[in-house]
Amino acid sequence: MVFSKKSLQFILAALVACLPLFGFANETQDSLNVHTETTAVAHGHEEAHDLDPNSLEGRKAKIDAFKMHHVLDSHEFSLFEKDGQHFGFPLPIILWDNGVHIFSSSKFEHGHAVAESKGNFYRLGHDEKIYKVESATAELSGDEHHPTNEKVLDFSITKSVFTLMIVSLLMFLLFRSLARSFAKNGGISAGFGRLFEPIVLYIRDEIAIPNIGEKHYKKYMSYLLTIFFFVWFLNMFGLTPLGINVTGNIAITAGLAIITALITNFTANKNYWGHIFWMPGVPTPMKIILAPIELLGVIIKPFSLMIRLYANIFAGHVVLMSLIALIFLFQSWVGGPLSFLLSFALSTIEILVALLQAYIFTMLSALYFGSAVAEHHHDDAHH
Amino acid sequence: MEIPRIIGAGLVVIGAGIGIGRIGGSAMDAIARQPEATGKIQTAMLIAAALIEGIGFAAIFAS
Repeated sequence: MVFSKKSLQFILAALVACLPLFGFANETQDSLNVHTETTAVAHGHEEAHDLDPNSLEGRKAKIDAFKMHHVLDSHEFSLFEKDGQHFGFPLPIILWDNGVHIFSSSKFEHGHAVAESKGNFYRLGHDEKIYKVESATAELSGDEHHPTNEKVLDFSITKSVFTLMIVSLLMFLLFRSLARSFAKNGGISAGFGRLFEPIVLYIRDEIAIPNIGEKHYKKYMSYLLTIFFFVWFLNMFGLTPLGINVTGNIAITAGLAIITALITNFTANKNYWGHIFWMPGVPTPMKIILAPIELLGVIIKPFSLMIRLYANIFAGHVVLMSLIALIFLFQSWVGGPLSFLLSFALSTIEILVALLQAYIFTMLSALYFGSAVAEHHHDDAHH
Repeated sequence: MEIPRIIGAGLVVIGAGIGIGRIGGSAMDAIARQPEATGKIQTAMLIAAALIEGIGFAAIFAS
C-alpha cells in the first residue's frame, strides 16, 4: 500500500501523528498493577497502598514503583500484565542454604506466597531478594523495606542471567556462521558478513593496533571483539520493549570491568609495574608521591569503566521510564503526545549511546592493555 | 537534608557540561583548520567526552 502522491502521504503522516492524542490513562480502567517496590525511593510500600490513587502523591508513588520494577532484575520473565493476569514465564531459583534448593519461581506467586523446598520456607521480599521464613504462613518480619529475616545465597537464573545466556548463544551462532561463510566464499564476506567485516576491521585497525602496537595486538583481539559486540548487543536488548536491563545492572558491568582489570594486570610486563611503583623520568620526591596515586589508579581505572557503562545505561532507562510515566501523570490529552515525542527523541539518543558506550569500553580496555605491554622508551630525561 | 546533595549534583553537572563544551569547541576549531583530519578529531573528542561523563556520573551516583 505505498502511496505515491505527496498529499496523500502527508495526510497519512498527519493521521499517524495524531494517534498519541488518543492515548491517555483513565484511573479507574488503566491502573498499574504494582507488585514490587523500591528501597531507594522515599515513598514506602505502605504509602502506595494507603494513598488515594487519584491524588498526586499516590500516582507518584505508583509511578516510582513502576519505574523501579522495569529497571531492576527479576526472578521471573514477565512480558506484560492484563487485568491482573501475568503473561510470562517463571525462571528457576537456585539457592544454597546448607544444600542446594532448586525450584521454579512460580512457587512465589509474584511475591504473595511462601515457597517450600526440602523443609525450608522462603519468601520473596519487595526488593526481589529471597528471605528465609519459619513456616508456610509466616510473613517477613521487620520493616517493609528492610526485612530482618535471614538472607540466603542466591544463584538463581534471573532475567539478566537468562538474557546473558541468550545473547552469548546469539553471538556464538552469529559469528560462527560468519566465520564459516568466509571460509566457504574464499575470503570474501557474504550476507551479514558484509555488515560485520568493516566493524571488525575498524576495531583491529583503529582501536587495537594504535593502542597496543603491532607486536602484541593479536593476543587481545578476541577479547576486544567480544567485549565490543557483547556490550553493544546487551545495550540494544535493553532498548527493546521486553524490559530486560542487563548492562544497567552494576553487578554485570562490574564483572566486565574485573575481567579487563585481570587481563591488564596479569599480562603486564616489567615496564608497567615499574611505571606504577617507581615512575621513571621524574625527580625522586615526585616518584614517592606518585607511587600511591598510581597504585590507586590500578583500582580506579576499571572502577570508572564499570561506573561509566552502568550509569549511562541505567540513567537512560530511568529517564525513559519517567517519560512514559508522564502519560499516567497528566491524566489528559496532553500526556500522550508529549510523552511520545520526548521518548522518541530520547530513544534515538539511546541507540547512539548504546553504540558509543560499547566503543568507549573497548577503546579504554585497549588503552589499558597497551599500557600493560608498552616497551621501554628512551627519553632525554633518562641517563 | 536533601538540598546540599542536590546542589552538589547540580555543580557536578555544570562542571561536566563546561568540560565537554570546551572539548567540543576545540574539536570544531581543529576540524575547521584541517577538514581532512575530521575522523581522528571526532574519535579523540568522543573519548575525552566519555571520560568526563564517567566522572560526572560517578559523582551523581555518590550524591
